[in-house]
Amino acid sequence: MALLTRARPRAAAAPPAGRGVRTRDGWWAAFFLAPQVLCLLLFLAFPLAFALVLAFVQWDGLGPVTFVGLDNLGAQLTSPAFLDATWNTIKIALITVPVGLGLAVAIAVGLNSIRGRAAHVYRVLYFLPVVTSSVAAALMWQIILADNENGVLNTSLERWFGISGPDWLFDPQWVIVSISIVTIWSSLGLNVVIFLAGLQTIPPQLMEAARIDGAGPWRTFRSITLPMLSPTVFFSTIVAVISSLQAFDQIYVLVDPYKNEGARTIVYLVWRLGFREFQLGPSSAAALLLLVLTLLVTLVQFAAQKRLVHYDS
Amino acid sequence: MAAITPTPGTPGTPRRVRPGQAALHAVLLLGGLAMLFPFVWMLLTSFKGVHQMINNPLDWLPDPWRPQNYPDALGKMPFGRAYWNSLYIAVVTVALTLLTSAMAAYAFARIRFRGSGVLFVLFLATQMVPIQVTLVPLYLMLARIGLVDSHLALILPAVANPFAVFLLRQFIRAVPVELEEAARIDGAGRFRIFWSVVLPNIRPGLGALGIITFLTSWNSFLMPLVFLNTEELATLPLLLQRFSGEHGAVEYGLILAASAIAVVPTLIAFLIGQRRIINSMAASGLGGR
Repeated sequence: MALLTRARPRAAAAPPAGRGVRTRDGWWAAFFLAPQVLCLLLFLAFPLAFALVLAFVQWDGLGPVTFVGLDNLGAQLTSPAFLDATWNTIKIALITVPVGLGLAVAIAVGLNSIRGRAAHVYRVLYFLPVVTSSVAAALMWQIILADNENGVLNTSLERWFGISGPDWLFDPQWVIVSISIVTIWSSLGLNVVIFLAGLQTIPPQLMEAARIDGAGPWRTFRSITLPMLSPTVFFSTIVAVISSLQAFDQIYVLVDPYKNEGARTIVYLVWRLGFREFQLGPSSAAALLLLVLTLLVTLVQFAAQKRLVHYDS
Repeated sequence: MAAITPTPGTPGTPRRVRPGQAALHAVLLLGGLAMLFPFVWMLLTSFKGVHQMINNPLDWLPDPWRPQNYPDALGKMPFGRAYWNSLYIAVVTVALTLLTSAMAAYAFARIRFRGSGVLFVLFLATQMVPIQVTLVPLYLMLARIGLVDSHLALILPAVANPFAVFLLRQFIRAVPVELEEAARIDGAGRFRIFWSVVLPNIRPGLGALGIITFLTSWNSFLMPLVFLNTEELATLPLLLQRFSGEHGAVEYGLILAASAIAVVPTLIAFLIGQRRIINSMAASGLGGR
């Protein structure tokens, strides 16, 4: 070990055997890192810096570039289109994250308490939408939700219950609900298996001890399962919030946001401004605000984590 | 479990478990069937004709069965071509991602170099940046070097993957150092050790990452929508969306036949490898811990 780590004495003493063969070998490090670092610089870091510049200029991609300072950001923050898109995006997040994760926890706990083949089959059923293309998923749901003679949901409601269902895909009140249903349907299975993996790391002795102490199923869930699962829930919440703030694919296909104001999200606005109206400055400004919103929400979640998440050391 | 250890004094407990289990099964099965319904309805509708859909929308079974929807859908747009495009883009993306991110992960896990801590934090930070933020500048950049409307515009940005580096670093750290030391004593160089000792020992990690990368690429929609114009270059999701846009709310049978063509092979592949796919995705979901 000492022979292999020709490092500073202080460092050589520090890493335990498990940390590995760490020779000071800058050239090899550069060689191994180069392809990823190059890709990250070219396709992530550089475009990000470019986006920061674009947010402060006026440019259509061809003509002259004019520096406009904070005008783009100010214009977005006061434009009804951006505010509506932000509100729509937040509404989708507020529905899909708690409902989606709540359902996933419930299903995972259920699956964890049954044994044998059946649990396995259910797991596969819940997981099928995860591997399905979002475009195909949106098309399948379109025919279920359509408000015409083809729409299965509304024709069923009409025939069996005499209810005339809402226009799921066009009524601005219901569009958000439809989008949320499809989004939850697509991501539920992934969260279920992640929670299931988390549940399986809880030592059975804990459950046993709680049972011996006379705790019922609900009490066990509240006092043992949920705290032990909370790091996994926290991680999944972060991922779910970020992905719902970036929602685009299924919405774009399910309800044409061009015709349907209620379905316009921030990413739709970024795409529309940038690639249909060629207003690169405003588009980048909206994208930057999305990034700020994402960071803010994530920071708030990390702050809340200290109080809500239980880490077993 | 409770049936084996009945609580003394409450003789009802062991017997009560069975109806509870049955109810649980019923609820989970019902939920699972609800998840399955859109697929079933897609398949059934893909065999229906326009008349049946308008006159008897609640008929489950097609009457008459109209398999002609499939050749009709295939004839209207180059789905075969799109299939091939999606497949080879996904395979190339997976290969490049696995190789480059395993290399970077190896450097972070096993090579001592100045600034490795800072660089790793920077890697993690880039993971926070959503692709949508860089979309416009990326387009301008790729347009300048002539890559717009080419498949490289989809492959290269997808290879930049800090999450992959993070995931594989965890796996490499778990490989016993003794294996590498033995190879080194046998005279193997750095790259030889990486290729013949480290890579074979992180196969589960590579498999998990490969599956996730493949699915992400195969189902990706926003990037092809922005970067591809030529119909021959379209990926499967993009062509599917264009097809539904052109054939509107009328030819549902055709649209769902096209959707089935796109979805069913993926589902079959998933069912064949489901145990591994589900386990890898669950494991990498926990990878952040």
